[in-house]
Amino acid sequence: MKIREIRDLLDAEVLCCEQNLDSTAYSACGCDLMSDVLAYVKDQAVLLTGLVNPQVVRTAEMMDMICIVFVRSKAPTKEMLDLAEDNGIVVMKCNKRMYEACGLLYSNGLVGNKVK
Amino acid sequence: MSEPLIFHFDINGDDFSTAGQASVQIKKNLRQLGLSPEIIRRVSIAMYEGEINMVIHAHGGTADVKVFENYIEIILADNGPGIKDIDLAMKEGYSTASDTTRSLGFGAGMGLPNMKRYTDDIKIDSILDVGTVVTMRINIS
Ligand SMILES: Nc1ncnc2c1ncn2[C@@H]1O[C@H](COP(=O)(O)OP(=O)(O)OP(=O)(O)O)[C@@H](O)[C@H]1O
Ligand SMILES: [Mg+2]
Repeated sequence: MKIREIRDLLDAEVLCCEQNLDSTAYSACGCDLMSDVLAYVKDQAVLLTGLVNPQVVRTAEMMDMICIVFVRSKAPTKEMLDLAEDNGIVVMKCNKRMYEACGLLYSNGLVGNKVK
Repeated sequence: MSEPLIFHFDINGDDFSTAGQASVQIKKNLRQLGLSPEIIRRVSIAMYEGEINMVIHAHGGTADVKVFENYIEIILADNGPGIKDIDLAMKEGYSTASDTTRSLGFGAGMGLPNMKRYTDDIKIDSILDVGTVVTMRINIS
């Protein structure tokens, strides 16, 4: 699924790296516990989270993730956006709740992560 | 064998917002060395988990990453409280993290298991009230 499509499905606002909207995501992970995110490598993944701190962006960077979606209108700080920008990670926010955001992406074909 | 390339970091234990910075930096350094993305990811995730652990459990410490020809060694050392039961700490889901730490997104009890998963070898030396040294090794190719 193209990141652009994720934006449209979630009616999300893109906050950085708009130039990468045509990248393709193969998996996604909805999580507020960073070590759970780090447990299994996902290919070209999207992270949906309600947690807002710099570690969210660092975690995504460690995992080579390509997009972060903040749910429930949580807004990242400038520092977080700079870090994401630096690593080419698309950041967006949407006002859906986690369950609904994940459900929308899943039911439209972006199915989770394969455990390697 | 030729001398390893060494990267050294002091990990500040007083400011959670900076936790993980050294691992982001090491990832950049390893990319410049032209290592494979998979090796880079394994090294940086293992170091990241260890770096966060030093901040949330041990008031900070030091990290050294040594790049040898055939392997990479990560040494994380702190003067924190030490780990009482290492076997227990290695279990998935075991955590002594505070509610504050949990609200920051850590404390799933997955860090040490992840470090084990992503490395070829992990050794933990810990003495109560003295500190902990975690040594990890990742083979190249
Ligand atoms: N450097 C350290 N010094 C002292 N205790 C530690 C250290 N690293 C880990 N521990 C102890 O081992 C436990 C398990 O560590 P682990 O990294 O697996 O989980 P966690 O840090 O609690 O949660 P998570 O890593 O999932 O965010 C910790 O809760 C803590 O009690
Ligand atoms: Mg941990």
